[in-house]
Amino acid sequence: MMKRDECFRVLARHITDEAVVATYSSAVDWVEINPRPLNYTSIGAMGLDSSHGLGLALGRPDKRVVVLQGDGSLLMNLGSLVTIAAVAPKNLVHLVAHNETYEANGGHPIPSPKVDFAGLARAAGYAAAYDFSDLGVFAQQAAHVLERDGPVFATLHVEPSKPLIYDYPSLYDPAKRKAFKAAWQG
Amino acid sequence: MDTPATSAAMTAATAAAVTPGALHGMNIIAAIKASGIEYVLSVPDITTSAGLLAPITQDKELRLIRVCKEDECIGIATGLAYSGKRALTLIQHTGFLDSINAIRGVAVEYKQPICMMIGLLQHDPDLPPRASPRYGVRIVEPILDDMGVVHHLIGTDADVAKIEPAIETAYARSEPVAFLIGRSPI
Repeated sequence: MMKRDECFRVLARHITDEAVVATYSSAVDWVEINPRPLNYTSIGAMGLDSSHGLGLALGRPDKRVVVLQGDGSLLMNLGSLVTIAAVAPKNLVHLVAHNETYEANGGHPIPSPKVDFAGLARAAGYAAAYDFSDLGVFAQQAAHVLERDGPVFATLHVEPSKPLIYDYPSLYDPAKRKAFKAAWQG
Repeated sequence: MDTPATSAAMTAATAAAVTPGALHGMNIIAAIKASGIEYVLSVPDITTSAGLLAPITQDKELRLIRVCKEDECIGIATGLAYSGKRALTLIQHTGFLDSINAIRGVAVEYKQPICMMIGLLQHDPDLPPRASPRYGVRIVEPILDDMGVVHHLIGTDADVAKIEPAIETAYARSEPVAFLIGRSPI
């Protein structure tokens, strides 16, 4: 089992001009580790992160999009796996932090901790799907996961994190949306 | 004699003749193309299935993205908008009702140009939607009003002229707009 923030520190070493879509606990960790205009954290409704990512990937096929989604969020939008697989954007990387809890909503468990997200993505038709439980293996494979033709999916099996501070006014700041748009269209 | 429906959209080669009391899907398609729409995001709706969605599937200038659940459209359209691309969400009013939280968060609170074309299932086109005996239809306009979403009833070909300026305004002001399809297009 890994720690989410450690996974994201590994990821940050490989991120350049990609859009990174992140929400809730993943967004809190990611923006602390790698604050940048191309972070997209205004999702508006839980679960829509993967759909926002698909729209960005369609809109800029010349750039890559990385979605950092929680397991509870993906469960709210499982159909997006099928939609994304059908559209098949080569520039989309979909990572799900599987900590088995609704961490931002009190740490209650998701309905089943056994759900095989990578298996679901594979069955939906993603180009590739991975499971990572070991930080060393993830560090070794991260560049490949980010660079290969997508849509690529990976489950990051992580522990629930220490209590986080959710600064939603900052995550949802309209100025950050404006900055993202300028950077993404630039 | 000119009518409102003889706009630039109506003069497109693919448009059908304007017929009193009728609604032609080809006229709607000409209007959405004239509005710069490139993507149509949809879950099938029986009101618009044959007369609108079916011809869209054959249209080389529009890219149809079939989604599993209507709220996905809201995220995808937003990602496209951030990328400078225009999209139309084509759904049934039941899907609109199911997507309220996404529309609330993304379209209204984040002020995104989400353009929705909503089929009113089993609506009597001779009645205003607010007078429908069907509860689900009757509540659509009051909900849009409470959310502050601009909406237009598209019941005949003469109403189609509302589409292009409304979409232009939605993108110019970065705000949502809804078109309520009150009659099955032919």
